[in-house]
Amino acid sequence: MTGSAIPLVEMTGITKTFPGVKALDGVSFTLMPGEVHVLFGENGAGKSTLISILSGVYPQTAGTLMLNGDAVSFASVGDAKKNGVAAVFQEFSLVPTMSVAENIYLGSEPKRGPFTDKGAMRRGAEKLFADLGFPIDVRRSVVSLSRAEQQMTEIAKAIHSEARILILDEPTASLTERETETLFRIVREAKARGVGIVYISHRIQEFSQIADRITVLRDGKLIGTVGVDALSPKALVEMMTGRAIDEIYPTIARKPDGDVLLSIRGLKAWGVGGVDIDVRAGEVLGVAGLVGSGKSRTWRAAVGLLPIKAGSVTLKGKDVTHAPTRRFVGDGVFYLPPDRKSEGLMLSATTRRNIDLGALERDEASGFLGALSPAKLRTITDGIARRVDIPENYMGRAISTLSGGNQQKALFGKGFGRDYDLYIFDEPTVGVDMGTRAALYRLIKELAEAGKAVVVISSDLPEAMNLAHRLVVFSAGRISAELEGDAINEETILASFFSHERPDA
Amino acid sequence: MNTSAQPVAETQASAGSPILAFLRTVFVRAGVLPFFLVAALIIFTLASTQFLSVQNLTNVARQSVYLILVSLGQMLVLITGGFDLSVGTAIALTSVVSATAMVAASGMFPDAVWLVIALGLAAGFGSALLIGTLNSIGIAGFSVSPFIMTLGVQSVGAGIALFITGGVPVSGLPYEFGEFFGFGRIFGVPVPVLVALLAIAAMWILMNRTRTGAQIYAVGGNIKAAHLSGINTRRTLFIAYVVCALLASLAGILLTARVESGETNLGGTIALESIAACVIAGVSLRGGIGRVESVVLGAFFIVLVQNGMNIMQIGSYMQMVLLGSLLVLAVVIDQLRYRMLVGSR
Repeated sequence: MTGSAIPLVEMTGITKTFPGVKALDGVSFTLMPGEVHVLFGENGAGKSTLISILSGVYPQTAGTLMLNGDAVSFASVGDAKKNGVAAVFQEFSLVPTMSVAENIYLGSEPKRGPFTDKGAMRRGAEKLFADLGFPIDVRRSVVSLSRAEQQMTEIAKAIHSEARILILDEPTASLTERETETLFRIVREAKARGVGIVYISHRIQEFSQIADRITVLRDGKLIGTVGVDALSPKALVEMMTGRAIDEIYPTIARKPDGDVLLSIRGLKAWGVGGVDIDVRAGEVLGVAGLVGSGKSRTWRAAVGLLPIKAGSVTLKGKDVTHAPTRRFVGDGVFYLPPDRKSEGLMLSATTRRNIDLGALERDEASGFLGALSPAKLRTITDGIARRVDIPENYMGRAISTLSGGNQQKALFGKGFGRDYDLYIFDEPTVGVDMGTRAALYRLIKELAEAGKAVVVISSDLPEAMNLAHRLVVFSAGRISAELEGDAINEETILASFFSHERPDA
Repeated sequence: MNTSAQPVAETQASAGSPILAFLRTVFVRAGVLPFFLVAALIIFTLASTQFLSVQNLTNVARQSVYLILVSLGQMLVLITGGFDLSVGTAIALTSVVSATAMVAASGMFPDAVWLVIALGLAAGFGSALLIGTLNSIGIAGFSVSPFIMTLGVQSVGAGIALFITGGVPVSGLPYEFGEFFGFGRIFGVPVPVLVALLAIAAMWILMNRTRTGAQIYAVGGNIKAAHLSGINTRRTLFIAYVVCALLASLAGILLTARVESGETNLGGTIALESIAACVIAGVSLRGGIGRVESVVLGAFFIVLVQNGMNIMQIGSYMQMVLLGSLLVLAVVIDQLRYRMLVGSR
């Protein structure tokens, strides 16, 4: 990694605009042979856009891309692959109905005469997996694999293509500690062969183990590129967010000994293996865990979105196990879904109509003969919009034309349509800029301090840690730790991510 | 970054002339219908002097009653994100069942004509209720795709209608039935037109002034979001399909009265025509979007085009070709409009 070497990748002044949105603004990025270069930034900072350009998903609007000193432009992902760029995205590019081996060889099937040679495929894939140390039967179909196994298959596929530039987008998000170790070993081996690796991760603690340099992006702009040991984790986070941590997270007063509103006992569901939780009024319960740990599924099962196999759910003293979701809504539970596009919003409808939906059942919205009064509904919705701070001129627009932050505010707004007692926020700030985050956190503070029970399920560890009065950590479908107050700290939580037993039980 | 949230219509409009900007706004708001309507009026007026006469337009209005009723029902179902291919069957079954019931009842109560008619109506609506229920059980209860479910029910219903009649029209209906529902007038307004006006008013209130209406839009806009908002999505789908069948049934009664017999071949092409009317009127095939007043105009437009083509002496076979093309064209243009509305990636 000397300065005189020709960089594998040299991106200069890369700008990418989507209709109405500038996703990248003059970003430069270099990758040397044998280097692991971390891209660090919040959701929506432009990391995905940058690697999408590098891997040929779409072209840049402006700027140059050079590989080994030659200017190139990729017409397609296949084009980029031919030039030695392989990417492992968070959204997998595997064909679920085909076997692991078939997926590895997809597009480059070995042939015997005019026919594909299934035997050679199987043997080749088995050797590859043995070399990598991934214990997966290559004859299994991808649909039967766990998320971690799919992740391994995806990585194996990229390694198999003998790429010189390997892009890993949050590869450890769904891996266990041991699998992560294996991945790091593979990364180091690839590195030794002179492969350049672009590594996207939110886990600062991983950087010192494998990274060489870190490039920080924020709001589509390059903030800086630093050596891995140049900055403390805290400084990195402040560089990423652009402000001190204390400014973002409000201090939320806790109401002591609030009533238990929701009580979950021995809950079992698909991916959830026996969970006990009490949710109290006037307190923020944080819920942390990796993808697939059951942290989200538990709550989805509790409010009737997933089938419950065993256990009980009690709401305000009444047994509501197996009750339909609409009963929870009627009884004062608001659930904010993690994916606002698929579950939260009517994308082609206006912002107003979306917020209206949360307030429809209000008696104040009734007019003549109990019929819906558009004028009264409008008054209610305007009030909600002011409360969640959506500008008035956005109300008549299709909500899909709004920024992610404003969409999320509208989704929060649906929670103010009725008088709820319990708020379950599943990933409340995903893909939302810092300013909006701070605003949403203030709303959470208001709710908790008004005596509501608030649950914050988050993959963003600082968020879960800083908002929670009490924090439960999920691992492998169970609660692996329950922490309160000062006991909530990063090391304990991270350790609990991978443990399968409750330490105090 | 403020420009990021500008609606596409406005940002692009600033580049063109004010007339173009106006047309674009009309297109995004109301869809393709205003343009089609103006084009049809111009073409047919140029083609024939008879076309733009009060008498002819009144005629079109009267003929369009049946399609308007069915299209209103189709609109409901389209707004929920589905569609209903069995509306033609609902018409045929209503016609056959109500006619058979009336013939049978008039044998039992020869003196009570209005009782006979009431029984006939009840039997007709009852059969449509069955069709709507069947559709919604499959679609809301078992998540069968609306396409397959209504296609299957369409065949089932048509088969039953043919089975009941043996393919022979059911005649011998009470004279008063045809006299009132087919050709009657109240205060000089034809009864079918009056029925349609009432149905339009009722549907407008349903869609704009009731929670059920708002829920129908929500289910089509995003069924998961609707579910999370505490809406009973199954009930909402049930209402949509049943009301759709009942509106088709109402059209079936009026048509039966018009032809004065129960016929299995009534409503043969109405599924296609009603979907075309809705799509041209800006009802989105993705659900969540559609307005009662536009759909009325859309159905009127379809009948207007058929009338104009008749005046221009275009054969019925060629009319089928044109109607099908119009539907596809409307869907293509709807795609374009959706992109302008939502803003492409």
